[in-house]
Amino acid sequence: MSAKKTLLSIENLDASIGDKNIIKNLNLKIHYGETHAIMGPNGSGKSTLAKALAGHPDCKITKGTIHFKNIDLLTLPVEERSNEGLFLGFQYPIEIPGLSNSVFLKAAINAKNKYQKLNDVSATDFIKELKQKADMMGINQSFLSRGVNEGYSGGEKKRNEILQMLMLKPTLSVLDETDSGLDIDSMKIVSKGINSMLGEDTSSIVITHYERLLKYIKPDVVHVFHNGRIIKSGDYMLARELEEKGYEWLTNE
Amino acid sequence: MDPDNNQVSNPEIDNLIEKNYEYGFTTDIESETIAPGLNEDVIRLISKKKGEPQFLLDWRLKAFRHWSKLKEPAWGQLNIEKINYQDISYFSAPKLENAPKSLDEVDPKLLETYDKLGIPLHERAKLAGVAVDAVFDSVSVATTFKKKLLEAGVIFSSFSEAVKDHPELIKKYLGKVVPYRDNYFAALNAAVFTDGSFVYIPKGVRCPMELSTYFRINEANTGQFERTLIVADEGSHVSYLEGCTAPMRDENQLHAAVVELVALDDAEIKYSTVQNWYPGDEEGKGGIYNFVTKRGDCRGKNSKISWTQIETGSSVTWKYPSCLLRGDNSIGEFYSIALSNHHQQADTGTKMIHLGKNTKSKIISKGISAKKAQNTYRGLVTIAKNANHSRNYTQCDSLLIGDKCGAHTFPSIGVNNSSSILEHEATTSKISDDQLFYCIQRGINEEDAIGLIISGFCKEVLNELPMEFAVEARALLQVNLEGAVG
Repeated sequence: MSAKKTLLSIENLDASIGDKNIIKNLNLKIHYGETHAIMGPNGSGKSTLAKALAGHPDCKITKGTIHFKNIDLLTLPVEERSNEGLFLGFQYPIEIPGLSNSVFLKAAINAKNKYQKLNDVSATDFIKELKQKADMMGINQSFLSRGVNEGYSGGEKKRNEILQMLMLKPTLSVLDETDSGLDIDSMKIVSKGINSMLGEDTSSIVITHYERLLKYIKPDVVHVFHNGRIIKSGDYMLARELEEKGYEWLTNE
Repeated sequence: MDPDNNQVSNPEIDNLIEKNYEYGFTTDIESETIAPGLNEDVIRLISKKKGEPQFLLDWRLKAFRHWSKLKEPAWGQLNIEKINYQDISYFSAPKLENAPKSLDEVDPKLLETYDKLGIPLHERAKLAGVAVDAVFDSVSVATTFKKKLLEAGVIFSSFSEAVKDHPELIKKYLGKVVPYRDNYFAALNAAVFTDGSFVYIPKGVRCPMELSTYFRINEANTGQFERTLIVADEGSHVSYLEGCTAPMRDENQLHAAVVELVALDDAEIKYSTVQNWYPGDEEGKGGIYNFVTKRGDCRGKNSKISWTQIETGSSVTWKYPSCLLRGDNSIGEFYSIALSNHHQQADTGTKMIHLGKNTKSKIISKGISAKKAQNTYRGLVTIAKNANHSRNYTQCDSLLIGDKCGAHTFPSIGVNNSSSILEHEATTSKISDDQLFYCIQRGINEEDAIGLIISGFCKEVLNELPMEFAVEARALLQVNLEGAVG
């Protein structure tokens, strides 16, 4: 078996929000085809990592490097990170009243095509694929012409995030608490969507508080975040252990 | 946004910002322009140049005498430099050896000008479903598809031609919806108007194509005072669109137009405007003063008049397209997007005057302000004593970009009938950093993201535009917002 190729490499990363240093000397390597779960108590820096990767303007990198596909990610503006294949599933998806879901998604796909010097997507191909994937995510067709996340329930918003991910076909998906606020049916649909994306050429970072999503997704690696660092890594059994014992046995050490 | 990220240059955006106002060129064409100044002799000269009948000259002179007694209105939420009406030339026409008899004889330079503006003056053009009347400074230079329209009985011509060919219609309808006594700028227009478009749709005819007029100011130190009159006879239907552009000049130029619409029983008029006069530069220098009186008379039963306007240009806009709902069951609609950037000021809205029974009106106003711009919605809804069971729905939404602009709303309501229902909704919002980040994370650059968010905000109005122009209007909104954020 050939050596696994690295997709994402974070080295000695410090990141702050405002004046507060949140991520402290973080190191993380993700290979193509891997799913990593990041768990940890509130305020441990999980969401800040998602922001740092996407290039959120509130998040300042004060030390260290991030390489994505061997590109220095920190030199890329937000839209280019996306167009290089980095997708962020938002913990709180944003509403854009009046802008229809399908117009928004098409604009995003065409932006990506343009970046890759490809032609615009054909309208018929786009609609066909969108309908098929919306069905898979249990999203009613009527939602596609409604405003982006406008008046959606919490579960609908999260399913819509996964629909966008499926349409944009990222190389790395960073899913920030996609499972929070989901009932068990939505949880199954969302995990089905995520699993359908997994393959040799794609990777994902799944940020979550709970083991229940991981039951369906089966991550390759589970990391425990505390105080902006990874304090323990293991396989799926670590998530089971955390579910039973909580975080205290780790954070008190 | 993170300044470090934004400095990565994007040639696309740089290009777009460069061409901020792409219609700012001038056409080098010999014009006949009369000396600046306004008095009765100038009005007689204009009327003589146009070979007008006596009744029209008499009407102009009455209007001028009335105007001379008036003071400029000062109630608008506008900051305007004093206009010296004696410094303006009231007539300018491209010099033509002989009046062109057909489109083939129109000066190639003029054709080129309209080509540059994306307006086809040849009938095999890409907008083949649209008939165009092109008004250049004070005169109409060409009207397309006249023959085809005549076959359907539709009269579509320049105002001057209509005065010659159909004086009885002009006499019957001119000044009946907007009398010269209406207001300061309506009086000025009545005295000095030079051209415009005239449309008559006979009984029961559905106009077979979209009609449109493109207004272009070219000469310096001139004003444009056009007059449009559209009459839809019983059971007829017409959709009409006007567009406007002007060169970039450091001085302010005056545009004072009047539009009158008459809809008889069961007739429908849809009037759309894409107004893109030069808005002045980023410091607020130059630009068009746009003082326009537009009014539709739903004179007949079951008639309908619908105004849609996209106001992106002009340094100052003062404009309230209105409906007089006289016929029972008549319907008035007003859909508006007013965008003001930099130092632009827009004071716009509508009046819905319910006189007939079961009359309905709907007002959807979207105001967008960026940089130091001021945007005002001013509306009046009146329900008369006998207008039983009338209804009005008003929705005013304002969107602010940045923290130095302003949005103002002045809705007035007067109800004299207890069986009528009025609803009013108003919102003010901002484009949030969260919305922008969400779009940009999906790969869409900032300028496009703003364009998308704005088109979402304006959706209800954009949906009202004829298909051919909706795309153009979206693009125009985006171009006019360049540099608005950051």
